[in-house]
Amino acid sequence: MMDTKNLKLTVASSPHISSPVDTRRLMMDVLIALLPALCMAVYVFGPRALTMTAVSILGCEFFEWGYRKLLKKPASNGDLSAAVTGVLLAFVCPVTLPYWTLLIGDFFAIVVVKQLFGGLGQNFLNPALAGRAFLMMCYPVAMTTWVLPGMDNWAGLVSASDAVTGATPMASLHSHLDVASGLNVHTLPADSLMDLFVGTIGGCLGETSALLLLVGGVYLIWRGVIRFRIPVAYLGTVAVLCLLFPQGGIDRVDWMLYNLCGGGLMLGAFFMATDYVTSPVTKMGEIYYGIGCGLLTVFIRYFGGYPEGVSYAILIMNICVWLLDKAGKPARFGVTKEMKAKAKAEKKAAKEG
Amino acid sequence: MKLSFYGGVHPDERKDATCGKAVEPLHEAPAQVALAMSMHVGAPCAPVVQVGDTVTIGQKIAQPTGLGAPIHASVSGKIVAIEPRPYCGGGMMNAVVIENDFQNTFGSELTPHPDYQKLSTQEIVDIVREAGITGMGGAGFPTHVKISSGLGKVDTLIINAAECEPYITADHRLMLEQGERIIEGTRILMQTFGLEKGYIAIEDNKPDAIEKMKSLAGNGIEVVACRTRYPQGAEKQLIQRITGREVPPGGLPAHVACAVFNAGTTAAIYDAVVTGKPLTERIVTLTGGALREPRNVVVPFGTPMEHLVKEAGGFQEEPDRVLVGGPMMGIALYDLSACTIKGNNALLCMTKAEAAQHVDNPTCIRCGKCVNACPMHLTPVYMHLYAEHRRWDEAEQLNVMDCIECGSCNYICPARVPLVQSFRMAKFEIRTLAMKRKAEAEKEAKKA
Repeated sequence: MMDTKNLKLTVASSPHISSPVDTRRLMMDVLIALLPALCMAVYVFGPRALTMTAVSILGCEFFEWGYRKLLKKPASNGDLSAAVTGVLLAFVCPVTLPYWTLLIGDFFAIVVVKQLFGGLGQNFLNPALAGRAFLMMCYPVAMTTWVLPGMDNWAGLVSASDAVTGATPMASLHSHLDVASGLNVHTLPADSLMDLFVGTIGGCLGETSALLLLVGGVYLIWRGVIRFRIPVAYLGTVAVLCLLFPQGGIDRVDWMLYNLCGGGLMLGAFFMATDYVTSPVTKMGEIYYGIGCGLLTVFIRYFGGYPEGVSYAILIMNICVWLLDKAGKPARFGVTKEMKAKAKAEKKAAKEG
Repeated sequence: MKLSFYGGVHPDERKDATCGKAVEPLHEAPAQVALAMSMHVGAPCAPVVQVGDTVTIGQKIAQPTGLGAPIHASVSGKIVAIEPRPYCGGGMMNAVVIENDFQNTFGSELTPHPDYQKLSTQEIVDIVREAGITGMGGAGFPTHVKISSGLGKVDTLIINAAECEPYITADHRLMLEQGERIIEGTRILMQTFGLEKGYIAIEDNKPDAIEKMKSLAGNGIEVVACRTRYPQGAEKQLIQRITGREVPPGGLPAHVACAVFNAGTTAAIYDAVVTGKPLTERIVTLTGGALREPRNVVVPFGTPMEHLVKEAGGFQEEPDRVLVGGPMMGIALYDLSACTIKGNNALLCMTKAEAAQHVDNPTCIRCGKCVNACPMHLTPVYMHLYAEHRRWDEAEQLNVMDCIECGSCNYICPARVPLVQSFRMAKFEIRTLAMKRKAEAEKEAKKA
């Protein structure tokens, strides 16, 4: 029998067990959820989609490691959060973007947006979206050169010089000048709704397939990685607004479905807006945040200069997270409406008296 | 009526090791017991015996000095010392040490009342007080105080047999083997409060216990199967589950006309009233991966933990930590010579693989799982942020004082941030700060 006198016992504060899910496993689940969309990207845009993603992951992990090494901080590559940023940033860039430009975006996302503010958990903007916004400002042409889907893309392999480029469905939905009539119009894109849903359209690398992003999002909700409130509030707001206010005489349902499946909405709603660090934690806060994202997305699409508004909508809402959490603070346990009213009346009386 | 409370977690239950094992007496009675003078919430008791006295089982050896309940000898024999001994709540505590004479002579001042229906409310409260009954679920609030504070106010009586902590099966076995004691105890309590109805709440991971209690229940007692969700057995959450009422901040169950008693406490009330037996022993689950033979045993209070380890066949593996209570709210021991008290429902010896491991520099990723798990509607992530920066006032504004330290947030945290520890510190600091401010204000008032 073992000695009961000279044991080395750990003394710690309760609880003494922890859930098997840790940060690394959560990030791993996000990466798994992004896989179907990556497969679609490779199918639509050719193998360069894969190399872009790989380069972006390696770039992000390298900058994360390098920054922390330089500042003599403990390495944090094990949590895989940089890898998630890497994939997401690659997903919101066109497949033709030069690797070096992508790496500049990685640098901005990881070093400037994330590490300078203190690393994981401290950044107030979504690193991938901030990286994209930065690239949009610095390399607007490269960032808006869209490759059309097709088997031709497979010929080019890793180089993308001879890809066929064209407009995305979002551009034709957005108010644009009709050359024939000289008026600003909204038109339904040439791609069918099915193309948009499945993802055989032009656009950013990982955002095209609404279906597979939806699959990934449902997987995340099922695994308990993200909560349903943000994506549901976000997509719901966009759907309602588009249904109520169709543009350019297009059928409301068509208009709504095109808006839901087009652009980066699915990717944004399930993977960007739900980014832990930059989204609210309270129940009501999440709903406010989702609605805010939806409103801004529709406003930018309707009234803005860009055909697509998801990334800026989320970035703007990121800044409001603390306020939203304050607004969404859960009702205190055990405080009834009468008690609240009484406290309020007392406060008022104290002020007056 | 609400079907559930908000939040909570579902940890791995790990009850299989002992849930099939019948409650047994100890193989070998302890040679010496040390009865700590604080087995309950409130002021420590004062010994009423002296070194050299001979005592019988059930003889009163200590009287409360304030809020509290008397303590009775748990073995017969001679008092050999009254001195500070290691305490299972940490630190040292004055204790009456009895050398066991192994005669098991019983002698109590209580008289049995098999016809308890004839007793008045005050008589029952007196018996409960004299029997030294305190809450046996862990906190140890003196039961007679709970009863008297609820008299005339309570309309719902709840017997808490949820046993939501992982590993522990003491109440489960009690229900299966001696369910009658709980039922009769419930009837006594119903009579005391003048109620027609009582609820027995059991988590639905114990279907055999639910069936057994349902078959015994009879008129006026409803057995409620609750969803298996930690902390179902927390007083406030259980009231919310059964009645839909929420206990106000800083309030007691009586504020929402409820009274909650642990299953073990209820059985002890039956013993005291009907058989005239004061509280001197309880069922303890000896479990955990480090023990060779996990089992449920009846333990006289004051039995040293090392004796209990021996009773469970000793360690088969080096324990990483030894806890009194369950893994979610239990207290880690650093010395196995600490002795059992009334609130100890389990001795849990965890191996390194079972226990949560400390993480250096945990990084909160703001995932919000803690907010969703908190059964008290708090925002642990922000509370921790303020506590970390020692901004107690802001932490208080986020109602950190409402925290019941159930550990749900801490359990679910993927970054392993020691949330409960930081809230305990915050609560302590806020209380100290409030006292300091009050003292200063009084000083100012005196000056003026």
